[in-house]
Amino acid sequence: MQISKRKGLGLSVYLFFLLIPIYWLINMSFKKKDEVLSGLSLWPRDFTLENYITIFTDSSWYMGYVNSLLYVSLNMAITLLVALPAAYAFSRYKFIGDKHLFFWLLTNRMAPPAVFLLPFFQLYSSIGLFDTHWAVALSHCLFSVPLAVWILEGFMSAVPREIDETAYIDGYSFPHFFVRIFLPLISSGIGVTAFFSFLFSWVELLLARTLTSVEAKPIGAVMTRTISAEGIDWGLLAAAGVLTILPGLLVIWLVRNHVAKGFALGRV
Amino acid sequence: MSLSLESVDSVVNGNLHLSQINLSLQPGSFNVLLGRTLAGKTSLMRMMAGLDRPTSGRVLMDGADVTGIPVQKRNISMVYQQFINYPNLTVRENIASPLRLAKTNAAEVEKRVLETADMLQITPFLDSYPLALSGGQQQRTAMARALVKDASVILFDEPLVNLDYKLREELRSELRELFKIRNAIAVYATTEPNEALALGGTTTLLHEGKIIQTGPSAQVYREPANVIAADLFSEPPINLISGQVKDNEVIFGESVHFPLNQDLRNLTNGGYQFGVRPSHIGLVPHNDDDLELSMKVELAEISGSETFLHLTSPQFNLVVQLSGVHAYHTDAAIKVYLPIHKLFVFNLDGDMVQSPFALVNA
Repeated sequence: MQISKRKGLGLSVYLFFLLIPIYWLINMSFKKKDEVLSGLSLWPRDFTLENYITIFTDSSWYMGYVNSLLYVSLNMAITLLVALPAAYAFSRYKFIGDKHLFFWLLTNRMAPPAVFLLPFFQLYSSIGLFDTHWAVALSHCLFSVPLAVWILEGFMSAVPREIDETAYIDGYSFPHFFVRIFLPLISSGIGVTAFFSFLFSWVELLLARTLTSVEAKPIGAVMTRTISAEGIDWGLLAAAGVLTILPGLLVIWLVRNHVAKGFALGRV
Repeated sequence: MSLSLESVDSVVNGNLHLSQINLSLQPGSFNVLLGRTLAGKTSLMRMMAGLDRPTSGRVLMDGADVTGIPVQKRNISMVYQQFINYPNLTVRENIASPLRLAKTNAAEVEKRVLETADMLQITPFLDSYPLALSGGQQQRTAMARALVKDASVILFDEPLVNLDYKLREELRSELRELFKIRNAIAVYATTEPNEALALGGTTTLLHEGKIIQTGPSAQVYREPANVIAADLFSEPPINLISGQVKDNEVIFGESVHFPLNQDLRNLTNGGYQFGVRPSHIGLVPHNDDDLELSMKVELAEISGSETFLHLTSPQFNLVVQLSGVHAYHTDAAIKVYLPIHKLFVFNLDGDMVQSPFALVNA
């Protein structure tokens, strides 16, 4: 009893400190600009939804979210489409240099995104991909695909090869087997993979900001716009921050079971 | 539909898995592949199934060359040692899957699934998922899936190894019954001599990728072609004693000797290896000419309801199989009786010279 009470207390303290910045963000997002600047207030004295209304009515604001969500979804889709066959090949077949290739995939992640900024910028500008959702999605694939292959390979190798063979013996063709039998068996892995590529793409700002200007401008870039002649609009910025946290929360909530299983089983 | 393999070799990464396999299996036959782990049983089955391609040689079905034909088009089924089912499908859908893929109509599928499930006593679990079942039920599901379609070749790769003793006995006898009414070729791989004998049919002994001997199971057991065959088809392994034949006498080591009896009278002088099965040696004499041996107990090993007695003497070691559980002190002196009319005789190259159980003596 004594110990569990102390543990509970420890957890509460931990959660409290963890949530302070988030509370403060939410707190600010419901305040008017004057109140934010007028000193310490633990909760909004003059509660307002103005900041949120601005974001949802001004297209230059809400399109930031739309753009971000678009290229993040694109990135997730491309990553899975590319990584699933690749991981299957690494898991099931032997070919010359397979182990080396598998390892060197990861080296892409050893360099910071900034290294690839210039080549991507130049390449995309010259082939007309600049300022499109595809530009950002494709550049993010450079980082999300290797990780996805690693995670998925772990999950696939946990499925006994005999299941593949039994399916062929039963008469399944390869594509039919892959979709009907194999994918459901590694659904946790797919969930975990989707989660990680979302995570990377959603928080990455450098490539996303540099490879876009107007049409595909991500929310992260839009948020820097609040610095105007009147100074920084703290309330509006806070509201944008709250809305930026939400998709992440939603995705984590959706894949929470898969991720827990993934940590226990696979290669995360 | 008959299945034959013609001088099949398999080399994987420089390792010889199968060497010059010639085998012909007839419809309606029950074929046991007996061999130790890594003897090539699984490799051979994978060739038969079409999961692997032989490095050289041909696989024929009904005389037609099917060597390169993919497994989907071969009409075979296979049960693995591990319990392999589709975890995301119910037992019913697991069993139905080969039929559905063959575009059998729904009513027929339902009927055959029920029949097969009934036969293997898994009807109550049809709507469960395989992983919710016990090991025995999972393996029954896998067997049902293999049996539900009219495969012309059904392969069992040590299907009962991972089950407990009682369940193994039960499933084995059921399996044998099931095949009496089928006209398929059944191939059953096992490491256990007793299982091969219990299943009957034809036994093929495999050792290091080669076929040592093929024939009706009982005959192979009675007349092993050589020392390896005798050793493979004996649990615990057959006792081998090297000896000499000289002046109408057999001499083991230096001290033990006995006159050639009726069965052995044709042996010429020279060196031989004499084999005797552990179960044939007794603690009491059964015949006047039984050879009395004074030995020392090294170890008494209890296996199920049997005791394997490892004995030693300055000349040779013996293993004796006794029914019942017995306790012995290490180093205790003991007298055992070796029936000389049950001695297998091999020459020094290991080939059979004489079997005491041969139906027709040369």
